[in-house]
Amino acid sequence: MIEIIKKTKIDFMGKRNIALAISGILILIGFVAIIQISRGTANLGIDFAGGTAVQIKFNETIPLQDVREVLKGGGIVDFDLQDLPTENKILIRIKKKDATLGDLPRKIISVLSQEFSESNIVVDSTTEIGPKVGARLRNDAMWAIVAAIIGILIYITMRFQFRFGIGATIATFHDVLAVLSVFFLMGKEINLILVSALLMIAGYSLTDTVVVFDRIRENLKFKGRKSTIEIINMSLNEVLSRTIITSLTTFFAAFALFVLGGEVIHDFAFAIMLGIAIGTYSSMFVASPIVLLIGREKTLSRK
Amino acid sequence: MKKQFFWRISLIATATVLSLIFFIPSTPLHSSLPEWLQKYGMVLGLDLQGGVHLVYEVDGEKAVDVTRERIVSSLRNIFKEQKIEGVSAEIQNGDIIISPDSDDVISTVANEFPNLVEHSRADGKLMYGIDESEVDRIKDFAIGQALETIRNRVDQFGVSEPTIHRQAKYELVIQLPGVKDAQRAIDLVGKTAILEFKLLDDESPVAAQLPGSIPSDQENEIISQYADQIPDGDEIMFGKVRDKETGIETKLVYLIKKQGLMTGEFLTEARVNIDQRFNEPYVGISFNPEGAKLFEQITTNNVNKRLAIILDNNVYSAPNIRERIAGGNAQITGSFTMQEARDLAIILRSGSLPAPLKMLQNVTVGPSLGRDSIDAGIRAGLIGAVFVIVFMVFYYRMSGLIADFALMLNIIYLIGVLSVFGATLTLPGIAGIILAVGMAVDSNVLMFERIREEIRIGKTPRAAIDSGYDKAFWTIFDSHVTTLITAIVLFQFGTGPIKGFAVTLGWGVFINLFTALIGTKTIFDFITTKWEIKRLSI
Repeated sequence: MIEIIKKTKIDFMGKRNIALAISGILILIGFVAIIQISRGTANLGIDFAGGTAVQIKFNETIPLQDVREVLKGGGIVDFDLQDLPTENKILIRIKKKDATLGDLPRKIISVLSQEFSESNIVVDSTTEIGPKVGARLRNDAMWAIVAAIIGILIYITMRFQFRFGIGATIATFHDVLAVLSVFFLMGKEINLILVSALLMIAGYSLTDTVVVFDRIRENLKFKGRKSTIEIINMSLNEVLSRTIITSLTTFFAAFALFVLGGEVIHDFAFAIMLGIAIGTYSSMFVASPIVLLIGREKTLSRK
Repeated sequence: MKKQFFWRISLIATATVLSLIFFIPSTPLHSSLPEWLQKYGMVLGLDLQGGVHLVYEVDGEKAVDVTRERIVSSLRNIFKEQKIEGVSAEIQNGDIIISPDSDDVISTVANEFPNLVEHSRADGKLMYGIDESEVDRIKDFAIGQALETIRNRVDQFGVSEPTIHRQAKYELVIQLPGVKDAQRAIDLVGKTAILEFKLLDDESPVAAQLPGSIPSDQENEIISQYADQIPDGDEIMFGKVRDKETGIETKLVYLIKKQGLMTGEFLTEARVNIDQRFNEPYVGISFNPEGAKLFEQITTNNVNKRLAIILDNNVYSAPNIRERIAGGNAQITGSFTMQEARDLAIILRSGSLPAPLKMLQNVTVGPSLGRDSIDAGIRAGLIGAVFVIVFMVFYYRMSGLIADFALMLNIIYLIGVLSVFGATLTLPGIAGIILAVGMAVDSNVLMFERIREEIRIGKTPRAAIDSGYDKAFWTIFDSHVTTLITAIVLFQFGTGPIKGFAVTLGWGVFINLFTALIGTKTIFDFITTKWEIKRLSI
C-alpha cells in the first residue's frame, strides 16, 4: 500500500482561528470584488460590460505597438490590446456602452487589412455585446450563483442537520468568493466563463465537504467520552488522504487543460485549479469549524 | 451468483457497444454510414465549427409609427370623401391630433377605426392613440413577419442548418453555423431593405453648391453645414461608392425631395443581370401591374428629372428619366461586385422588414479558431487522462487498474450518451468532459480508501470490498447530487457554450455513479469469486 499521507494527528480545530482569519480576509476581498463588479469598475469581460472584441491572427509576428499605432491612425479610440500566449494573435477590446453594434468590428478589420494586407490577417472571432444583453447576462450570473447555493443548502440540510447545511453552504460560498477575489486581485477578466467555473467549483468543492461531514456524523454515533472537537479532529485526520487524492486527480485534469487547452479555456482551467485547492482547504478549515461554532451546546449526534 | 454476473457484465458490455455505435456518426466516417445512424452524433457548437450567433431586437415602435401614419393618411382621404371639410389630421409626439372637433368627425373616426382610443379633447382638438392591445398586436405581427423575412433571406443565402427563433418578447436569435463570410451574412440578415423612389431637387440653387462627393465619415458635417439653406421638403442624402482599385469608400451627395413617389411594396421580382457594355452586374426589378402603372405615371410626369433609387437611406443610383417607362421594369445599378448584386437581389426578393432591427449581440467565430480549440481540447484531454491513469495504477496498483477501466467506460459512455441525444459539443463542454475524467476516479478513490480501512481492521478482501462499498455509497451519492444541482443551475441560466458545459457535467455525474457503483464493483466481485484472493492489491 502506497500512502502519500500516513496516519496523521493534525490538530485542525486548534488552527481554526488562524484559518477563519485568512478566510475572513478572502471573503472580505470577495465582497469588495462583488461591489466593484456591480459598480462596473472591476475588469469585467465584454459579455458583462458590453462592448466589442475582435481577435486577429497574423501570419507573421507583428509588434503590439505597431498594431496600436495603426488602429489609432485609423481613428479607433479607447481600445485595449492584449497579446495572446499563442503565437501572433492579438485581442482588441473596446468597452463602449452605447455604440451601435455592427460597425466597429468592420472598421477595425478594414483598418488592419489595409495596413497589413488582407492575406496576412485571419479574423478568429468577433464578439459584440449590447448593453442590454450585458446587463442581462450579469444579472443571470448573479442569480445562478445564488440559486446554486440555495439548492446545495437545501440538499445538505435534507441529508444532514441544518448546521451541516450552514457549514457546507458557507464553505461553498467561501470557495466561490475566494476564487473571485484572487481573480479580482490579479486583475484578471471577470466574465461568463469565470462564472461557470465558479458554479462548477461550488458543486465540486462540496465533494470534499461531504466526505468530511459523513465521517464526522459517523464518528459522532460512537462518540464515547470524546469531545466534539476531538471527534471532528479525528474525522478530519481519517479522511485526509482521500480528500487530498480526490482533489489531486481532478486537479491533474484541470492542469492539463490549463497548459494545453488553448487560450479560450486557460483562465477557466486556472479558476478550477484554484477552486479545487481552496475547496480542499475549506472542507477542513472552514466547513467543520462552522459546524462546531453553531450550536455548541446541542448534541451533534441527532439524526 | 453466476447469473448475476452474466446480467451485470452484459449490461456493461451492451452499454459500451451502443455508446461506440452512436459515437461513430460524430467522426469523419459520418457520410459513409447508413441513414438511420447519421442522425445521431454530437453537433459541434458555433464556438467549435465557426459561425455567427446574432441577437436582434425588433423595433416594434417603428412598426406602430408606420401604422399610425397610415391611419392618418387614410383619415385625410375619408374626410375628403365624406366632405367633412377644414379638418386636419396629424401626428404630434406619437398622438393623432384631429381638429376642429365635431360630432361628424368623432363618429367617423369611431366607425372607421375602432382601434383608436380618444385620449383627450381640448380647445377643439381631439387627441387619439392606438389601443394598447392593438399596439401589442402590431408589434407581435412585426416580429413574426421579421422572422419570416429573415428566414427567407437566410434560406436563399444558403446556410446548412440555420436556427432562427424568437426570444423574450421582441427579440430574434439567429444562428448560422459554418458561415465563412460572417460580415456578408450579417448584412444580409440585418438590412431593413426599405426601397424608395424619390426625385432629386436639381432646380434648387443649393444643389449646385453641394460638393459632389465627400470622405465617408463627413456626413454629419455636410448636413449641419447646409442645414439652414436647404429648401423645405428637401433633405440631403448620400450614396456609398467604393473605388474598385484602392477599396477606399467615399460618399456622393444628393439633394432629394422628401416626398416618396413609390416604395418596394409593388416589387415582384429581383434578379442579377450583367450590363453588356460595361460588363458590370446590376439588379433588375419588376413591378406588379399596379406598380407598373404607378411607375409609368411617375416617369411620364418627370421626364428629364433625376430619380433616386434609395435602399435603407442609401442612394444606390440616380438616373436621369429620359422618357416614359412602361412595362414595369427598372434597374438598380451601382458599382456592384457580383456577390453584392446577388445579395441585393435576395434582399429585395424577400421583402423589407416591417421594422428596423437593432443588434443586441453578435458572436462570430472563424472556422480556424474552432479547429484550434478542438485540437487543443483533445490534446489536453488525452494528457489529463494519462496523468490520472498512471497515478491510479501507481497508487492503487491492481485496483487502480480497475479504476482506470471504469474511467475508460466513463469516457465512452459519456461520449455515447452525448451522441445519442445529439448534444451540442462546445468548448466548455470539452472542458467538462476532461474534468469528468478527473472526477470519474474520485468515487473509486473514496471506495478504495474505505476498503483499505476495512483491511486495516483485519477483514478479508471480500468482506472489505463489500463493506467498503456499502459505507462509501452515501458519500459518493451526496457528492454527486451536489454537482448535479450546479449542473442544472448552469443549464437553466447559461447560454450557448455554457449550456454545453452543463450538459456534459450533468451526464458525467450520472455515468460516474453507474461506472463506480456497478462497473468497478462487478469486476471486484468477479475477481474475488473466481480466485481466492488473499491479499488485495490496493
